[in-house]
Amino acid sequence: MKLKQLTPLMVATGLTAMSGFAQAAELEVTVQNLTRGIYFTPILITAHSPEQQLFNVGEAASTELQAMAEGGDISGFETAVDALSADTVANPAGGLLMPTAATTTTLSTMDGNTALSIVAMMLPTNDGFIGLNSWMIPEEPGTYTVYINAYDAGTEANDEIRGGGAPGAPGLPVPPPLEDLVGTGGSGVTSEVTNATVHIHPGNLGDNDTEAGMSDISNTVQRWLNPVAMVTVTVSE
Amino acid sequence: MVIQKRFGLSMLALSCLALTACDHNDDDEPAPVPPADVSYSYEVTVQNLTQGQPLSPVGVALHGDAVMWEVGMSASAALEVLAEGGDNSDFTASEGVMASASGAGPIAPGSSEAITVTVVNEPDTFISVATMLVNTNDSFAGITGHALGELEVNQSMTMVLPVLDAGTEANSEVAGTIPGPADGGEGYNAERDDADLVSFHPGVVSADDGLTMSVLTAAHRFDNPAVKLTITRVE
Repeated sequence: MKLKQLTPLMVATGLTAMSGFAQAAELEVTVQNLTRGIYFTPILITAHSPEQQLFNVGEAASTELQAMAEGGDISGFETAVDALSADTVANPAGGLLMPTAATTTTLSTMDGNTALSIVAMMLPTNDGFIGLNSWMIPEEPGTYTVYINAYDAGTEANDEIRGGGAPGAPGLPVPPPLEDLVGTGGSGVTSEVTNATVHIHPGNLGDNDTEAGMSDISNTVQRWLNPVAMVTVTVSE
Repeated sequence: MVIQKRFGLSMLALSCLALTACDHNDDDEPAPVPPADVSYSYEVTVQNLTQGQPLSPVGVALHGDAVMWEVGMSASAALEVLAEGGDNSDFTASEGVMASASGAGPIAPGSSEAITVTVVNEPDTFISVATMLVNTNDSFAGITGHALGELEVNQSMTMVLPVLDAGTEANSEVAGTIPGPADGGEGYNAERDDADLVSFHPGVVSADDGLTMSVLTAAHRFDNPAVKLTITRVE
């Protein structure tokens, strides 16, 4: 399955190198939430120059990434990518993307905007997010599937108890319907950030006590294994 | 293919001989040769990549262009029976299945099994393969609606599979709800007390990791991928 997808990708990369310029493209992009019980906050889908990145594993998060990963606020990213002449769709799902739900949008890219990035916060987490980082858009028309993983922005301790979504505010933001799906009374899993750079998220711990315990997260429903999202990109003829 | 061509040639030679031997009877055409049946056989090899989750007997089905489950949709009753109890009989007997096969038994961690399935005169089938991770409430791994039409003889495709959650039974892990050897509890139960949507599996928690009522231990935990699948066209 993966080999089949890689082959057209490699061909497309070769064509880019040979032709020496990157053309505008018409894309249809679908993001599906694959998880059992995690919600995605408003999604940012953006095509930009391959020299730019929204985040990098092993590097500290930008303030825009921190605002997105801690509170689901993509407005900072929108301003930043607009300044870079990126082609962007913000919030295609019109709010939270429910577990297993999918959202589809179209994206017209300008010459040079050949890299695709997608981010959204995962709820309930402290600063977990789904991240597709500068994926090279194939020039060859076709449908391509990419599975994406959960990252930790490294900006907030994963205490797993109710709190706020503003940058720097501890705890989990719990907008509806999370208000009713997250427990109360947890003592807090940890108050430390042990890796202050962007890294693969260690996963929610959770517990099975909705009124006490260490965590306000449910360990049978609100955990996940990677991958957490499937992105399907159709490049038009 | 080669045999067919040779057969055709010898028939041609015979008919020439017959023509020269007879009295120029142009109306006496040879009877048309019916095309020979063509078998399409696939060997499906399933390997268990987990540390402590035996796989239930694998169900393999060949069918038309359709899927037998989809993330975000409600599981069929046949899939529920497979994912909750490890019984593939309804799954392989689903409507539209042209040919099916079942694994001989459970596949232990690290082990693998090769299962062959064959259809006749159907070059463009689609395959579905499913197996339960038996020390769970309702998890399974598999592929569905995968096109086989472009696979040449002796060509194979290999993929690794994530664990899916049928969404038909809550992942309580409590005693009596898990059919595998970790519990010996109930398999299929028609009640649906979970999201009723197929999703990727969040993983088992286990008593060792804080789910106090769980009969599972750290030995039963898994991560993706959990199964390696190779499909080879053998005929």
